Amino acid sequence: MWFLFYKVWLRNARVWRKHVWASLIGNLGQPFLFLLAMGFGLGRQIPQIEGVTYLQFIGPGLVASAVMYSGSFETMYGSYTRLTTQRTYEAILMTPVSVEELALGEIVWAATKGILSGLIMLAALPLFGLIPSPWILALIPILFLEGILFASLGLIMTALAGDYEFFNYFTSLFITPLFLFSGIFFSISAMNPVIQKISLALPLTHAVNLSRMLCYGRIGPDWPIHALVIIILSVFCAWVAIVLIRRRLIL
Amino acid sequence: MTLTAKPPLVEIRNLTKRFGDRVAVKDLDLCIYPGECLGLLGPNGAGKTTTIYMLLGLVRSTSGEISVFGESISKRLKQIKLRIGVVPQRDNLDPDLTVLENLIVYAAYFGIDRSAAGKSADDLLGFFALKNRRDEIIQHLSGGQRRRLLLSRALINAPELLILDEPTIGLDPQARHLIWERLEDLRSRGTTMLLTSHYMDEVSRLTSRVLILDEGKVVAQGDPGEMVADTMGSEVFEVADSPEKLDALEKTLCSCKVDIERVVDKLFIYAHEPCDKLETMAMTLSHVSKRPTNLEDLFLKLTGRTLREN
Repeated sequence: MWFLFYKVWLRNARVWRKHVWASLIGNLGQPFLFLLAMGFGLGRQIPQIEGVTYLQFIGPGLVASAVMYSGSFETMYGSYTRLTTQRTYEAILMTPVSVEELALGEIVWAATKGILSGLIMLAALPLFGLIPSPWILALIPILFLEGILFASLGLIMTALAGDYEFFNYFTSLFITPLFLFSGIFFSISAMNPVIQKISLALPLTHAVNLSRMLCYGRIGPDWPIHALVIIILSVFCAWVAIVLIRRRLIL
Repeated sequence: MTLTAKPPLVEIRNLTKRFGDRVAVKDLDLCIYPGECLGLLGPNGAGKTTTIYMLLGLVRSTSGEISVFGESISKRLKQIKLRIGVVPQRDNLDPDLTVLENLIVYAAYFGIDRSAAGKSADDLLGFFALKNRRDEIIQHLSGGQRRRLLLSRALINAPELLILDEPTIGLDPQARHLIWERLEDLRSRGTTMLLTSHYMDEVSRLTSRVLILDEGKVVAQGDPGEMVADTMGSEVFEVADSPEKLDALEKTLCSCKVDIERVVDKLFIYAHEPCDKLETMAMTLSHVSKRPTNLEDLFLKLTGRTLREN
């Protein structure tokens, strides 16, 4: 009964193909600029961290953050536009596609965009002196689940939003802090225990840690915990997003 | 066999919808029989669109039963929607797609495969005179073209039930006539329709039966021509004059079998049977016009002349 979500995915993919360059630059511009500024700029003045150069250190984390940004922004600005001004959701719900399939299609589509951004960042890592290990193949499903997680959070915001300004709360109070404090730019293990605990409560931390392990091929003992957190959170948030979108659309 | 002898395609029983304190639809009973075009009339806010949305599962009913094609929408909504086409009141064409893509992508939501969709889309673009616009983006279409595309889209799944929520709203006469001709063509081929409209000429032309809603309740239903004749008589005199003269006229006519309605400085006199005084009056006064009664007269009588949306 859920298979029509694929049609929603296809609709979005068809539209995306028309503006593929604008979309990719929009999603990848920021992490790339950070890689340049922090890696080449700041990085020259910083000694090695955890046995790698600063540029090598931040690369895997930026892969994870690229997924977060493009996944959540698609289900905020993209989905909200389709929900409100374009009335695309209303049109779709006049067909056999159910509201659950619609929401799932939007989430899976945004996760697809997320993983695409992640893969492009991954492919760019050699430019920054990091040759990823073969373990990165295992990173792909992790990035997809991370995409589902952040796409779902974005869709939850869309279900609650009254206007575009509403997304500023989420971006400023959630996405940006995650970007800065999930261990992308500094090593969390060097911090005091309280900060380490707080950091582990941030969902992006787990994706950053796994990304680093799999890019370097140095698999730490705590990988199952990171993976489990991402799996549980992604399923839970997707469920909440579907419930809230249903509540918003079916009066 | 009359239409009503067949089991209804849509059967609504005791339908009620409340939005908080506001009652949008109250104890509504409605049937649509195969092959008929039912007109759903009522002032803005009477509950027409809410009823349609409940029929489509886009609004949950507070109480009551809706079945379509003999099956309950609460159990078989997906299967039911496969066989329904909708022209919404507010344009929701996909602005990210071209004219042709709008049809192809919409067909995909119904599980129609690409080649069948392409063929239907071609036929429909031809039927609605949009063939030369097929690769145009939606923003470049005129209002009439957008409406025709909405109709094409509603027909992409060859629906057995077509729901038309003000299908010609805001269109010029040419565009409206083209749409009416196409709808008449569909009706003659047996497509069942539910039409809402504020254009009484459109309703008279297309529907075989109307249901007038006001404040969520049915206030009248039946054959539009018969209802007008029964309630309003066959002719109406519209008299414009000074208040004193109209007062005097009202007095003289009290012996005739007429309904009189006074609107500011105008008198509407509905004659149920011939009356000499009325004819004399029509001959002597200068600002009198005599015309056949129509659905709009009935509509205004039943739902009032005052504005509802305050």
